[in-house]
Amino acid sequence: MNKTNSNIIDKDYINQFSDEIKDIWNTLENVKDPEIPNMSVIDMAILREVNVVDNNLEVIITPTYSGCPAIQVIESDVNLELQKKYSKVYNKITVKSRLAPAWSTDWMPQSSKEKFMEAKISPPVGSSDDNLFKILNHNPEIICPHCNSKDTIMQSFFGSTACKSLYKCNNCLMPFDYFKCH
Amino acid sequence: MSLLKENSNYNSLVEYCLRIADDRMILGQVLAESCGHLPMLEEDIAITNISLDLIGQATSFYEYSAELLGNGETADNLVFFRGEREFKNILLVEQDNSDFAYLIVKQFLFDSFDLLFMEALTKSQNEQFAAIAAKAYKESLYHFRHTKSWVIRLGDGTDESKIKINEALEFLWMYVGEMFEIDEVEESLIKENIAVNTNLFKDKWLTLINDTFKEATLSMPNINDFMQTGGRKGRHTECLGHILAEMQYIPRAYPTANW
Repeated sequence: MNKTNSNIIDKDYINQFSDEIKDIWNTLENVKDPEIPNMSVIDMAILREVNVVDNNLEVIITPTYSGCPAIQVIESDVNLELQKKYSKVYNKITVKSRLAPAWSTDWMPQSSKEKFMEAKISPPVGSSDDNLFKILNHNPEIICPHCNSKDTIMQSFFGSTACKSLYKCNNCLMPFDYFKCH
Repeated sequence: MSLLKENSNYNSLVEYCLRIADDRMILGQVLAESCGHLPMLEEDIAITNISLDLIGQATSFYEYSAELLGNGETADNLVFFRGEREFKNILLVEQDNSDFAYLIVKQFLFDSFDLLFMEALTKSQNEQFAAIAAKAYKESLYHFRHTKSWVIRLGDGTDESKIKINEALEFLWMYVGEMFEIDEVEESLIKENIAVNTNLFKDKWLTLINDTFKEATLSMPNINDFMQTGGRKGRHTECLGHILAEMQYIPRAYPTANW
């Protein structure tokens, strides 16, 4: 299988595959994150690989946070979607969970960031490749997804889920979630 | 009942894996007990998020333990059907929340250790450990950042918050020694570059917490003080029994129940 050096899976990356594999990627675009319904498992960089070997279909996903309660739902949703469409096509369909390399917000394509804004969630800022100690002392400029103002303030490190922080916009006064760099 | 000792696959690697899992499971469970009792809603959410991360990490280590044990062992069995003597967590993590200052100090002492521990574990020769640690390390940084900020706020806060945090620190300090204990189980795994040699970052840890205490206008306790021990051998404080009673009640009352 062709692999680029980058971990970012976007349209161009998917387009390099055969029609058969492309079709599977496109099918899985229908599986959405249960917490952020406008984001698919591809947008969330959870879906990592689609392989067909000897007419067996294998899909590899990488979980986001260790304790993310959504991941089991996502795994079973991926399985259901594949069974629905391909149960008669392939001998065996498996969904494998792979831990290493660890999931990172760095893997998300630019289009995901735009979808975050549409969902009124401020997208991750910075790279998790930086020395992580730097992240500790770094308070990035977070944009309000409602009015695009940069005049925002953190209310709580932890938001409605572990992957988000709670912010408030000083301009439009709306509270919002920021998806943490991870 | 002894779930483990009869299993022929029970060895140092399993023992070590269970220690890591038990630390996080018990800490996560005790943190979850505070849900609904914290000083404000944001804190309720933050602490339960941290709890969820820890239980998630524990799940990964329990699943790996179960895989190593084989014979149909499961992560759920390891959590719900082992007795107090079979839990190998350090004593620090099982201590009562008592009040918010205790909860924060306990969590801070653990988080500061945990981020150095997980960073080191990412370099383990054991691929599964390294993989779980890579994810857990990033989570531990966010935990540390959170509890550190509270130590500073409570220490450098009001007269009362300072009294309370000092009291908590004074009580909990005797439990930090266990984090740096190395016994024969770990020694053999350290030689194979599987386990983490915690002594290699002990000074770094002391500097890390000293810097925070300085900012919090708290005095640094003495690491050479008397330290409690026993958790790794299954000898626990009274607290663990209460935790297990609550945590294991349902599966033990209804052992055939399924989610």
